[in-house]
Formats: sequence, structure tokens, C-alpha cells
Amino acid sequence: MARLEIGQIIAVIKEKLPGAVVEEVLDGVDPFVVVKTEQWGETALLCRDDSRLGFDLLSCISGVDYPEREEGPEIEVIYHLDSMVNHHGLTIKVKLPRGDPRVASVEEIWRTADWHERETYDLVGVVFEGHHNLVRILCAEDWVGHPLRKDYEPPDSFHGIKNVIY
Amino acid sequence: MNEAKIRTEEMLLNMGPQHPSTHGVFRVVVRTDGELVLESESHIGYLHRCFEKCAEGNNYLQVVPYTDRMDYLCAMMNNWGYAAAVEKLAGIEVPERAEYIRVIVAELNRVASHLLAFGTYGLDIGAITPFLYAFRDRERILKIFEKLCGQRLNYSYVRVGGVTFDMTDEILADIEAFCDYFDPKIIDEYDNLLSYNGIFISRTANVGVIPAELAISYGVTGPSLRGSGVQRDLRRDAPYGIYDRLEFDVPVGSGEMGQLGDCWDRYMVRMREMRQSIRLVRQAVKDIPEGPFCDKKAYRAVKPKAGEVYKRVEGARGEVGFYIVSDGTNIPYRVKARAPSFCNISILDKLTSISNVMIADLVAIIGSLDIVLGEVDR
Amino acid sequence: MSEIENRNPDPLTKNVVFMSAIDDVINATRANSVWPLTFGLACCAIEMMATGAAKYDLDRFGSGPFRGTPRQSDLMIVAGTVTHKMAPRVKRLYDQMPEPKYVIAMGGCVIRGGPYVKHGYHVVKGVDLLIPVDVYIPGCPPRPEALLEGIFKVQKLMKREKILDRTRRTTKPEVYQPV
Repeated sequence: MARLEIGQIIAVIKEKLPGAVVEEVLDGVDPFVVVKTEQWGETALLCRDDSRLGFDLLSCISGVDYPEREEGPEIEVIYHLDSMVNHHGLTIKVKLPRGDPRVASVEEIWRTADWHERETYDLVGVVFEGHHNLVRILCAEDWVGHPLRKDYEPPDSFHGIKNVIY
Repeated sequence: MNEAKIRTEEMLLNMGPQHPSTHGVFRVVVRTDGELVLESESHIGYLHRCFEKCAEGNNYLQVVPYTDRMDYLCAMMNNWGYAAAVEKLAGIEVPERAEYIRVIVAELNRVASHLLAFGTYGLDIGAITPFLYAFRDRERILKIFEKLCGQRLNYSYVRVGGVTFDMTDEILADIEAFCDYFDPKIIDEYDNLLSYNGIFISRTANVGVIPAELAISYGVTGPSLRGSGVQRDLRRDAPYGIYDRLEFDVPVGSGEMGQLGDCWDRYMVRMREMRQSIRLVRQAVKDIPEGPFCDKKAYRAVKPKAGEVYKRVEGARGEVGFYIVSDGTNIPYRVKARAPSFCNISILDKLTSISNVMIADLVAIIGSLDIVLGEVDR
Repeated sequence: MSEIENRNPDPLTKNVVFMSAIDDVINATRANSVWPLTFGLACCAIEMMATGAAKYDLDRFGSGPFRGTPRQSDLMIVAGTVTHKMAPRVKRLYDQMPEPKYVIAMGGCVIRGGPYVKHGYHVVKGVDLLIPVDVYIPGCPPRPEALLEGIFKVQKLMKREKILDRTRRTTKPEVYQPV
């Protein structure tokens, strides 16, 4: 199978789903594309099923909190895709409003997204619509708050155990 | 007694966080019908040590010890992944001697990690002797590491810009002596001890078969994926460091003892990988050049420009990835670590629903996936 | 006379002297077979396993059999970080151990939080906030020889036990209450 350059990969996405790609940053250390939030589900399906792209491995889902941005406070969710047959990769971002971060879940497309999305919900607070079991996975079940947000204050004590910072 | 007259009930069994064979604090709640597991649900997070929050509070060099403690059995590879990510982001060049040293210590660490996986897998199945043999040889490797950097377990040796201490000729001679000791006799000894043992084969062959597409969909990487026959190794497919100059094979499972992708295949991939690691170490020790071992100027003040990077390396358990976002200061804005064991263990719940798994097989499957809870929970 | 009174705080049997010889015999047998509970949580567990393996053989000191259940062990080596999610289980396992029981806190994380002391929101900063700890072994991770030294200290503590004070009312340390 053929290895495509990043420009060609973006061209394939634009050809099949015009209007989905909102922004493309190709001159940084790692190039990435920003996709419209409403069309993320279709884009993900295209990435996996199109034979020229063939992204069958979802390496990582990360959530990053940007409370101070000129466009307004945002949370970004970054998906790193990799293709085992074509040996190329792609980084796709989705930008969500910080007040109500909701995006479509891709756990039916790549099964590894199940736990990754639960982790992003637990630590950053992104709600993945369509996930069958979106509960906390890393922190304790009755933990309050989303720890990786920039304005997170750890609780003073949890079930009677003091959280001392020596 | 007529079987239809016996009233049976399903039982909810908790293989709790404290258990001799869950390789750490891992909890599985299983619903069983006698010995047969009908459904299982994994719970993780009992070792969530807030690595990502700690990384946001310390500067780039201070984060290195936290990366060790994620996957504490192959700490050198975690360090390397993080250091390579920061170097890519900041545009730091690593001297060639440091690259050769990194390969040597990473491959020795892979051998040590696979030895521990082999020993504890024997312990899970019920064989205590391989554990002692594995630790005897692991102690030899740890002695070399202690001579090199002073630590037995959490090295923090591979730093941004190179390595921390130089590798002297005495240590290189020790490594050569270890390769000569380990290569011919010892690996055959392990095969005699455990791999072709009849009881071991009947406990692990045809157990926990993972088809290749399911493995890729669940994000399984490393020896667990290669055991299902998929040819994927980041050292060969997306080479980093000097791996493109070295010769090595990538062993994959072949369904020798049972179906392709069973526990025996994954175990055997690890045993064969140890041989390839020794081969790599020998090549690197022979060709190591003279020169500086660290870019000292970069090592002092790491301040990458604003941007982001994702770097992946081949750890002992799979693909270790680091996604780093920088905002121009000397403290990272966000560090996300992609841990291989997190994805590998997520397939356990699916396996119990697609094949007939007994409670004892559950232990064998968890052992063959070779997880380390430090990196599952980070 | 006062020395015998000091050795035996129980008022009912204050003047009974012959118990002290039985104490020595029983303590000697107990100290030479301290059975630990397998409670390895994180990296320190690997060093605990290395202590049990062939080079730093723990079995020659009587502590070879690591019990899987707390009901059969008299030493709990807490090796590795304790998190808030794990804390109720640690307390439950400690309560399930029969008296007299000892706890070794192995590693920096269980002493005062270790490297996670400042930013670890989910880490219990010291297992002695939950259970009374007898011996602290610093290190990250401590060497196997340090763990052996810790077990020797537990053996020394065991040699000071009295069968009239089986629950160690007078000698058990307290759970730490931070100010």
C-alpha cells in the first residue's frame, strides 16, 4: 500500500467530506488538522474505511484545557491515528467550548477509544456522546472535579484522609 | 444424580486489587457459572499517581524521574521516549555516542523486563523454579546498571540531550561478558524449563486467542500484537535513534502449539525477542564511537518554542507515546503519556465474552498480556 | 520489684514473674518465622520480589512464604504508593490481619508521599495516615538489603512482645494525625 504525504491525506479528506477541515497547520514540528466538531463522526469513519487512508490504529486520545485563548476558553481533544498498512500517520484535533465540551464518541469505530474516552472524561471533563458507559476510570468513583483542568483545586481531605502538602 | 435436577446459580467473584497473580493492583469482577467465566469487568485506577499533573508543575528536566516510575520495569525506554519527544520539539541534536549508549541500555532493559515477565508468568501458572532462574540473570543486568548509573530500578539515565553518565570501557567489557554468558546456554535453559513443558503448553495453548483485527482495533501493540501474527515493530517501521543501522529480526507468533494468537504465542515472542535484543547489544557495543555523551548546553536549559509533538518508541510492552504541548516556557503545558499496557489490558473484557474462559485461564491471559499497573494508571 | 512491675503492665497478673521466660521462647519462635502478606503495589514490589528471589534470599530468615491472604500473615509490607482509591482496601486488609501484627512502610511514597507529595491529588501522603506503621524504610526504591534490615527491626520488635499484651496496646504506634 502507498504511503501518502500529509498534504495528500488532507486532500483525500477534503474530497470526500468538503467543509469538514476547518484548519490545517503543516509547518510545526508535527502537522495537524482541525475538524468541525459536528462532522467528527463521519471523518473518523472515512479515516478508517477509505483504502487510501487506512487508519486502523488509534494510538492516543488526549484532552488539553486552554482556559485563556483569544477566541474564548476552549478544550481541545487530539486524536493520533496510525496506519499499519500504509505506514503513515495523522493528527486530528477537535476544538470544543470549555463551558460545555461535547463531541461524538468513536468507540464503535476504534474499540480502543472506549477506555481512552473514559479517561479524558475523568481527567478533563469532555463528554463523549454515544459512549455506552462514560464513568470515571482512573480516579476514585466518587471523586469530584476534573483534575487536569488548569483551575483545579485538590480537595483538603477525601473520606477522612487529609491531603497534606508538606 | 440427574444433572437437570441440580440447581445452579451464577456467582459474582471479585479478583480484588490485592491478589497474588494480578501483577499489581488490578481488579476484575467476574460473573461465573461454576468455573466458566460468563462476563468480566475490569477496574483500574488503583495506582493513579497523577503523572500528568506532576509534569505540569515541574520543568522539562524534572519530569524525567516521573517517567521512570510509570513503567518501572523498562524505565530506560520510557525515559528515552520522553527525551526523544522533547528533543524533537526543541530541535536538540543528540551526539552519536549517546545514541549507541541508549540502544545498549534500552535493549538490556528489554531483556530484564522480559525475564521478569517470564519468571512471573511461570509463578502464575504454578511453576516456582523459573522465577528464581529469571531473577538470577536479572540481577546480573541490574548489577551492570548499578555500575553505570547507581540505580537498580528507576534509572532516570536517559536525559534530554543524551545520557547522564558515560559508559566506561570496563562497563562495556561487563556487557560483552554478560552477552556471552546469556546468549548460548541460558536461553536454551529457559526453553527447557518452561516453554516446551507439557503442563505449560496445556495451560497456555489455545487459551486467550486474540484475532489480529481485534487486536489492532483495541490498540494492542508490542509482543501481544506480534503474537497474533501482525508484523509491527516501531524499531523497524518508524526507526528512531540508530535502529536503522542495526540488523535484527522481528519475531511474530506462528500458531505453533495451538491457534495463532494464543497465550503461548505471546510468551514465545518474548523469549525470541530476548535473543534479538542480545544481538542488537552486541552490534552496538562493537560499533560504539568515541565522543561526547551528552549535549551539555541543551541539558542545562530546555526551553522549546511553543508547539506540540507526539513521539512514539517501542517499549517492552508496546508503543510508548508522549504527546507534549509547550507554551514557550521551561515548564511543559501538557504531557500525555500513551501507555501500552492501558490498551493491552482493555481487551480482557472482550476475550471473556468471545471465547470460553475458565477462571484459571483468566490468570494465564493476564500474565501473557504482561501488564504493569504503573503505566496503566499513570 | 519495680522492674518486674514495669515489664508487666497488666494489673491482674502484676506479680507473676514466670511469664517472662515463656515470653522469650515464644518471641524467639515468632521472630524467626515472620510471614509477610503479598502487598506489592508499585515499583517497590519489584524490589520486594528481588529480596525474595535467590540473590538476597529472604527465606533463610524465615520470611519465605508470602501469604496471599491477610488472615495467615503477621507482617504487612506496604510496598508502593497508596492512592485514595486503594486506601479503603488497605484499611480493610490491615483489619483482617490477626493480632499481633506489624506494618513495614517500604519506599518513599508510603512514608510521606515520595515524589508525588506536591502535585499528587490522588495519592495518600503516607500510609501512616491510615494504619499504624512500625518500621519505615526510605528509598526509591530501597535496596533489598534495606528491606532485609527492616525485617530485622521487626524481628527485634517481636522479641519485645509479651503474651499478656497480645494486642500490643502499649507498644503499637499511633496513626499519624497531621496538624
